[in-house]
Amino acid sequence: MTLLEITDLTVRIGGKTVVDGVSFALEAGERLGMIGESGSGKSLTALAAIGLLPEEATVTGSVRLHGRELLGLPDRALAKIRGEQLAMVFQEPMTALNPLMRIGKQLAEPLRLHRGLSRGAARARAIELADKVGLPDPDRIVRGFPHQLSGGQRQRVGIAIALACEPAVLIADEPTTALDVTVQAEILALLRDLVDEQGASLLFITHDLAVLSSVVSGLVVLADGKLVERTDIAALAHGRHDPHTAELLRAARAAAFPTPGDPDAGS
Amino acid sequence: MTVLRALWHKPTGIFGMVVLLGLVLASVVSWMWTPFDPTATDPDHAWLLPFANGHLLGTDRLGHDQFSQLLAGSRETLLTAILAMLIAGVVGILLALAATVTPRWIGATVVQLIDILIAFPVLLLAMILAAVYGGSTTTAVVAIGIGFGVNVARVARGEINAVRGTDYVLAAQACGASTGRIVRRHLLPNIAPTLIVQLSLTMALAVLAEAALTYLGYGTSPNTPSWGGMLAEQQAYLAARPLLVIWPGLAVVVTVLGLNLLGDALREATDPRLRDVS
Repeated sequence: MTLLEITDLTVRIGGKTVVDGVSFALEAGERLGMIGESGSGKSLTALAAIGLLPEEATVTGSVRLHGRELLGLPDRALAKIRGEQLAMVFQEPMTALNPLMRIGKQLAEPLRLHRGLSRGAARARAIELADKVGLPDPDRIVRGFPHQLSGGQRQRVGIAIALACEPAVLIADEPTTALDVTVQAEILALLRDLVDEQGASLLFITHDLAVLSSVVSGLVVLADGKLVERTDIAALAHGRHDPHTAELLRAARAAAFPTPGDPDAGS
Repeated sequence: MTVLRALWHKPTGIFGMVVLLGLVLASVVSWMWTPFDPTATDPDHAWLLPFANGHLLGTDRLGHDQFSQLLAGSRETLLTAILAMLIAGVVGILLALAATVTPRWIGATVVQLIDILIAFPVLLLAMILAAVYGGSTTTAVVAIGIGFGVNVARVARGEINAVRGTDYVLAAQACGASTGRIVRRHLLPNIAPTLIVQLSLTMALAVLAEAALTYLGYGTSPNTPSWGGMLAEQQAYLAARPLLVIWPGLAVVVTVLGLNLLGDALREATDPRLRDVS
């Protein structure tokens, strides 16, 4: 069953076409990766799907969730869907939490908004959520502020907030890019386990091929705002792919295994 | 609390707090007690020098005790400062929100309006209001509040725009929070430090503007003791009795300086970039 269907999505900002006729579908329970270099339109596609593009952007095409058209829906109606059926985890855990609000309050926010939980019930649920995403000493942590947490812990909070209402679709926009490698692996495992447990679909955006294979099965490749290929991890391994994907793969390999003679080698 | 503690560690902060507390104390005391009736005339004791007959700062042409008048005048000053600050705060926040979280064409119109109003001198606005509604403390307070509220709006608008662009506001929107909720829980709390600084500076400007308006005859009525009124009354005798002008003048200068320094100290205390790492 198709959960999220994006058809011919085009985004223009200031006369420039930044997403150009992108179409793909996300099946129920599927974990789909979206990959492309910086500026290829990955994040804007995600923001368009959740209806949070900057005001100056014009968007055409179609975004359907459970068959319901989201583009052009009034803000009030979109607000009911966001966080409840369609949620998002952001790239920068250091700035994605309000510095002046206690962790517990931020964890409880979607539950208070969509489930109408009382303050007390929401607090109890916040502690459960903190525990579920593996935060140490949840009773204490929900009373703390974001600056008392590490980057990895904050990203756990971000994931807990996004999954609080058990949304059908979770969009993760480079959730591990800002974290160091050991923490990356933990966050990826957590994300995969929780999405599995809740039976949600995942759209995982990254420019880093290395993190993809452990999380997703399917893959869409974006370049210059256009979708160049829809493939899967198995096909990648067998070397069947578009030249753009090949380029990304080659860059990833060069970064992972630098060879002295290779001019593209990372350091 | 940390902000208060930081204030006590700065000479400017201490001075500002002492001036503000002094002003509050003078107002409260004058309400219950002054050495003499500040409005009573006493022709037998006119033109007295300081300390004569128990008149701490002397008396004027009509025998008004100057110290009592200063004390009683502090009430007008404090009242104007607080009320004008509150009006400026409300006007500033509402205008700034109207310029930022509304649809773009409304926002753009409000920004133009703010720019036009900023070009309009506060004293001129007050004089126009006084010409229409008659000069009174109320007219002065409203005019000062609206006039400086526009300045607050400009600062608040920039701050709101900065906060609105942060990831946590985007994250809150992605959670399904409404605009009203984002304003209450994210925008206002995060611009509060800047707003508090701006409003404490507005208090200083309001004190100065009220004294000026009353001096010019557009503010507090001459029957109510006020510092601006004292200045207006005594300036005719500046050559003969300079002290009589110096007292209210000094009171205005010290109050404005104190509130300004308090604002500066607050800015340093609330700005994390200027705060010492502890």
